[in-house]
Amino acid sequence: MALHDGLGARAAVSTVASDWTPSARELERRAVRRRLRHRSILIAVGITVVVFGALWVVTVTSPGWPNVKTTFLSSHDAKASFHEIAKGFWINVRMFVVAEPLILVLAILVALTRNSVTPWLTPVRFVAIIYTDVFRGLPSLLVVYLLVFGVPALELTGLPTSRVVLGTIALILCYGAYVAEVVRAGIDSIHPSQISSAEALGLSRTQTTVHVVLPQALRRMTPPLINDFVSLQKDTCLVASVGVFEGLFAAQDYGNYHFNYTPFLVTGLFFLAMTIPLARFTDWLAHRARIRERGR
Amino acid sequence: MSTMPDPSALLQVQNLRKSYGENVVLHDIDLTVAKHDVICLIGSSGSGKSTLLRCLNLLEGIDDGVIAFDGREISDPLIDPRDVRRRIGMVFQAYNLFPHLSVLANCTLAPVRVAGVAKAEAEQRALALLERCGLADKATAYPDQLSGGQQQRVALVRALCTDPSLLLLDEITAALDPELVGEVLEIVRAEAVGGMTMILATHEMAFARDVATQVCFLHEGRILEQGPPEQIFTAPREARTREFLQRVL
Repeated sequence: MALHDGLGARAAVSTVASDWTPSARELERRAVRRRLRHRSILIAVGITVVVFGALWVVTVTSPGWPNVKTTFLSSHDAKASFHEIAKGFWINVRMFVVAEPLILVLAILVALTRNSVTPWLTPVRFVAIIYTDVFRGLPSLLVVYLLVFGVPALELTGLPTSRVVLGTIALILCYGAYVAEVVRAGIDSIHPSQISSAEALGLSRTQTTVHVVLPQALRRMTPPLINDFVSLQKDTCLVASVGVFEGLFAAQDYGNYHFNYTPFLVTGLFFLAMTIPLARFTDWLAHRARIRERGR
Repeated sequence: MSTMPDPSALLQVQNLRKSYGENVVLHDIDLTVAKHDVICLIGSSGSGKSTLLRCLNLLEGIDDGVIAFDGREISDPLIDPRDVRRRIGMVFQAYNLFPHLSVLANCTLAPVRVAGVAKAEAEQRALALLERCGLADKATAYPDQLSGGQQQRVALVRALCTDPSLLLLDEITAALDPELVGEVLEIVRAEAVGGMTMILATHEMAFARDVATQVCFLHEGRILEQGPPEQIFTAPREARTREFLQRVL
């Protein structure tokens, strides 16, 4: 019996820690674990190849595949449209790079306001509640229309008239409302004992929030926050509908002239090139924080 | 040095070794637990008591040695740890009750989901145990509404509801106010009298002396001395055991 083997071999092993060598039973177990690990790797590779292989075969043997290839996967059209799309996509990039930090600031302010207890802030608290309720509920496209066409119609001097700027403001308003709720959930997830111990150290309410609650809350809400930011990056396309020549509009424009949809895929790749590294980067940040705090 | 496996033992640990990277936390642990034994692990913080308990129900993997439970080697990688854990109960220092479930739901979760007991039957059994532990009126309460002592008693009931063959208690009174310790230990004592096999890590020396059939003194990851409580507490062989007992008694 295995139990016996392991024990028989043990008698020879010294009890001094420094010259410990694994027992025969332990080596046997390591071999079993290695075998189990190899088996799982084999299964993982096998099932992946089979599933994706099958999907590939079904796609390329479908009757319309040659047609799809020429309308969606034409390298000539990809190259021809690339420059215009890149130029348009630069607008999307500028929009979300400006919008994201502003959304985060707005969302934190709204969330903190909603969680505050000071009686003085009661009217602001009402505004914050109405703001999140309204802007979460309105379709983003509608808000874009309202701002881009409505604000210039006021004919007030000093207000921006650029469609890109107004479109960006519309998106900030919409996403600020979503993100505010994410922030609020993050803040609520911090255990009350953290607040007690910060207050016991003499920290003020604000200091407690800034130095103890928010740093922990922000880390916990990173995944849903990234969700909203990725979603925002895609929604910068909404300004195409008010005539801004951004990435998606550029692709549509080329497609309308040349009867080819390849540029849409090119635009899609541009977006993925932004969002995938962002996701990996935040994963890495979270991993680094975990290593620092827990050592693994 | 190791001995041959003892067929009458419920649990037998031989030459167990556990390390975290370079840091070896358990060396050459040998421990035999017969049915109805109450083993008390004593020793200062960091001596490896908790880690040993966690190794026994496979919450931690081990680096060497053999753990046999009911005649079967459970340190075998081919063993399903859940088969082992459904027969070994554990209570933690920090209670670890599920805050989103009522007391009764905490107690019936494992019997219903893991053991497949009918819900009504599981509830009946849980209520009987809760009543025996003076918690009959708390069945519908939620953990955060209870005192520490009550929570720990619920945790004990939760472990007992799965009808374990072996109960592991990891410093279950260490987080309690002194006046709440008694109500928890009373239940443990009743279980000991009732014949439950238990391994408990504890700082309650008087209690250990009273209920233990064997006391193990752990020091720097080794069982330095082991014997019946009368011997360990009145005539310890090892100088380190004496030093430790002088500090805590």
